[in-house]
Parts: sequence; structure tokens; C-alpha cells
Amino acid sequence: MPITKEDVKYIAALARIDVPEDKLEGMTKSLGGIVQYVEKLQELDVADVKPTSHAVPVGNVLRPDIIKPSLTNQEALAIAVEAKDGCFKVPLVIE
Amino acid sequence: MNLHALTAHALLDLFKSGKASAKEAYEAVVGRIKSIDPKVKAYVHLSRSQPHYAGEFQIPIAIKDNLCTKGEEITCASRILKGFRSPYDAGVIERIKKSGGSILGIVNMDEFAFGSSCETSCYGPTFNPWNLQCVPGGSSGGSAASVAADEAMWALGSDTGGSIRQPASFCGIVGLKPTYGRVSRYGLIAFASSLDQIGPLTKDVRDCALLMNIISGYDERDSTSVNEPVPDYTRALVNDVRGLKIGIPKEAFVEGLDAEVRRAVESALDLLKKQGAVIKEVSLPHTPYAVATYYIVATAEASSNLARFDGVRYGLRVQPGKVRKNALVDMYEETRSKGFGDEAKRRIMLGTYALSSGYYDAYYLRGQKVRTLIKNDLDQVFKDCDVIMTPTSPTVAFKVGEKVSDPLSMYLSDIYTIPANLAGIPAISVPCGFSKSGLPIGFQLMGRAFDEEMLLRVSYTYEQNTEWHLKKPTI
Repeated sequence: MPITKEDVKYIAALARIDVPEDKLEGMTKSLGGIVQYVEKLQELDVADVKPTSHAVPVGNVLRPDIIKPSLTNQEALAIAVEAKDGCFKVPLVIE
Repeated sequence: MNLHALTAHALLDLFKSGKASAKEAYEAVVGRIKSIDPKVKAYVHLSRSQPHYAGEFQIPIAIKDNLCTKGEEITCASRILKGFRSPYDAGVIERIKKSGGSILGIVNMDEFAFGSSCETSCYGPTFNPWNLQCVPGGSSGGSAASVAADEAMWALGSDTGGSIRQPASFCGIVGLKPTYGRVSRYGLIAFASSLDQIGPLTKDVRDCALLMNIISGYDERDSTSVNEPVPDYTRALVNDVRGLKIGIPKEAFVEGLDAEVRRAVESALDLLKKQGAVIKEVSLPHTPYAVATYYIVATAEASSNLARFDGVRYGLRVQPGKVRKNALVDMYEETRSKGFGDEAKRRIMLGTYALSSGYYDAYYLRGQKVRTLIKNDLDQVFKDCDVIMTPTSPTVAFKVGEKVSDPLSMYLSDIYTIPANLAGIPAISVPCGFSKSGLPIGFQLMGRAFDEEMLLRVSYTYEQNTEWHLKKPTI
């Protein structure tokens, strides 16, 4: 199924990426080409095949619940775009 | 004596005999960087701190721009991480520092490791030391170019679909992707978490073994790190392949493979045969589906991993001039649109599509199932073979700009390297000749999970009987 400009707008909104009108055509074309290429996976019968999510099988990995030294508030906020009162500051969300 | 031109093990010998000091070596390499890097452009920036000159392996090393290094700006060659000064060291960086390693600086890559040419970097491309009009490969292009140009004794890179091996091959050096879980990913900025693995790029096989000794091992901070004993990899450096079985997949030597690359890999195979290895034709029937599988699995994981770059905490934040949706969503969208380059956007959107409602079963789930088939093919061959040999890349290094507007053709250059990531097995690229145009060619060996020693043994035997690894580019 070919990808349309509307699909690209929808995916872009999901991915929180703004694709401007003048780039929409190009992005639709390049994404469409790749999606068309990966369509070849539909040739295979995978009905009885189990999916692999990790090459090395691992179960739940737990460690003892022991507090260890970590970054201080000050160290963590040293890289903040904007900080206030020991917290990361973001634009106003609720008026 | 040009200290910068030596291998790490040759340098360690000089340290032991007192003929050179770690400080002299470090300064020689920094001098080399200052004279050559304006042409090669391997480095994004030099280290902000001075080495301590203490420890067993005081070797000058280059670090890929996606490995968190305390106090350094680490950006994945992306505008979205500009200004991110890492507050901590990755697991491998801790190990390098503990061993005495001197960090020279941070080297270039494709943005978020999305590419095979180092051209999608926000800093601009790195150039191949063998021909400055060609790409060094990618995504660890800065790592490979710095080592090939003697601007580092060795380097760390990361490999998700070939990002260590392909640039190693393009630049005429050795590059190893370890078994998934062998090296801690703690502090590696994630691209595709089930495929990513950190590994060494070195001037020869002995250095590869030495650097593996330093970086391998369990780390409880990476839940996928595997708690298996780490051997002394230098013990695998044996010049003997008698009786070892090398599998040659018939699917590897098909259309699309450059004739010169084919000849070089076939003569490497002949050499190993003369040394006593047994050659066996094998089949990996699902190889033709590997690239498609990879671009579903890898982009799906990337779209999830890169969701964290939203302008809230660190890196870039851009607020648009006028309100579109609401202040916060507008900030996310504007930051991500200004921060990510075109290829990053394309891959995030492809992964979002593969995971989106209505398409999950057809793409992501199916991709994971085909991944099983590809892994089963390899498991089957390894029942009878010790290694599998292929070219590392179907071509030698291409020209800067040649493939940048055709993403699919760029993706297909990873056709030989991708299966090892999907199966989690180790794979190495070793120099095995040059094209008529003077560009390096490499072969790839894949091995069983946690059998890096076998790869090192076969590579070492090849290297001991050839001189390709001694050739140097004229820059």
C-alpha cells in the first residue's frame, strides 16, 4: 500500500516532528520507496515462527535494592536547558 | 621515530623498554591531529582534560561522539544534543580510564549513527584518509579515519548494522563488533537497543585483542550485559588455522558485489586454504531479507529511543514564535524539527510507522519473525563451521555526495554486516587488499556467540601471512 502525504502528516504528528509543506513531497517519496522495499518481507510464510526481540535470551534482570551514589541535584541540573528551584523548567502546560 | 604511526602494542613495548614515554606518545598523536585533521576532519573536538599518565595501557584513544565521557560535549553529531556536557562516564570509558588510556578527543559519526558514510553529521563529513574525495564509511567514520590516519592509536566505535566493520573496511583497518552483551552499553546513547554493541577499531589484530581485554565484561548497569567469564583475547593470537572450517555463503557472492572486492576476498580465502583451513560452501537462504528486516527493527527501536530528545531537560530547546497547538507540544515539535537532520527524521518516522496501530503486525512483528529465520540460518551453519566469511561491504569507499540523496542505496551497502547484528553474534573486518584506485578492501568473519577468540585466531593467521595492515595512506 503506497504511503500518501496524509500518512506522512499523521506519522509526523505521532513522532512530534513538524514536516513543512515544501518538504512533504520529498519525505513522502523517500519513505514510500523504503516501505515498498520492506514489503518483500510479506513474501515469507512466518505463521509458525516465533518473534526474536533479543538475540541473547534474557529474563527479568533484577538487582538488590541497595541505594548507591548517583548524580546530585546540582550535577543533573548543570546540563538543564532551563532550571528553577532545583527542577527542570518547561513551558506552561496548564493555564 | 614517528610514535603516532605505531600500533598500540608496539608502543607498549617501547614504554616497557623505556625508549618512549606515554607523554611523548600522546603529544606525538596530538601533533599529528593538528597537522592532518584539517584535511581528514575525523575529530569533532579534542579532549578538554589532560591525561594522567598512570596505568598499564597508557594508549591515546579516540572516542565516538555517542559514548558518554564525563565533562565532554557528547552530541551524536546532532544539533539536538548541542551543549550536552556528559555528567558521567559510560561503562567502557570507565574501563579505558582505569586501564590508563589517554582520551584524545571525540570523533565524528553519522547523526545518531544513522548512515554508512559519516555525511549526515551536523558537523559536516569526515574524509577517507586514502582518498579525501571519498567517504570513510559509517557510522563510526571518525573512529576509522582517525586510526587509519594515525590520529589515534586505536578508537572505540559502535555497531548497530555494520557501523564499526564497514568504516574499518573502507579505511583499511581492523574493526570488531563483539557478541551482543559482551561489552556494556551503559552510557552508549542508544540507537537500536537490541542491536547496538560497542567495539574496537585498531591498526592490527593484536591491538584488537588488547582493546577487547580492556572493554569486555559484565556491568550490572546494563541489564543486557552478559555475565560470562572474559578470556585473555591475546591468547587467541595463534598463527594456525589447520583443520578449521570456513563457511562461504553462496548468497554472498552475487550481483551487486564489486568485481575487485570479490577477487580480493577470494584470494584471502585461498590464502587461508593454503594455511590448512577447510572451505565449505554453505547457504543462508534468508540473507536477501536481512536489510528489510533490519530497517524495520532498527528504526522501530530508534523511534522509541529518540523520543527522549524533546527539549525538556538537556540539549537544544526551541520555542516557536506563535502558538500552534499548545506551548509544550509546540516546543517538542519545534525542537525536534530544528534539532534532527533529514535522515534522523526519516528513520524516526519509518519506525513510528512500523509500530503504529494497524501496521504493527504487518511490519514490526513480521520483522521480528524474519529475524528469527535469519538467526536460525546462522545457527544451522555454525553447527558445522567455525567461522563464516564474506566481503565486509559490496564496494570500496564511494565518493562524498554520491549516495546521499538515495537512502535505499545507502542502506544496501550494509547487506553483509547486518545479519551479525540481527543474530547477536560477533563479526570482524580485516584488510585484504586494495582496488586499482587505491582504496582498501576488507573481508568479514562472523563467529558463534562469545567466540571472538576464533575470529581473532583466523584474522591473526591471515594478517601474519600478508602485509595489507602495514600499508599507510599518504595524506
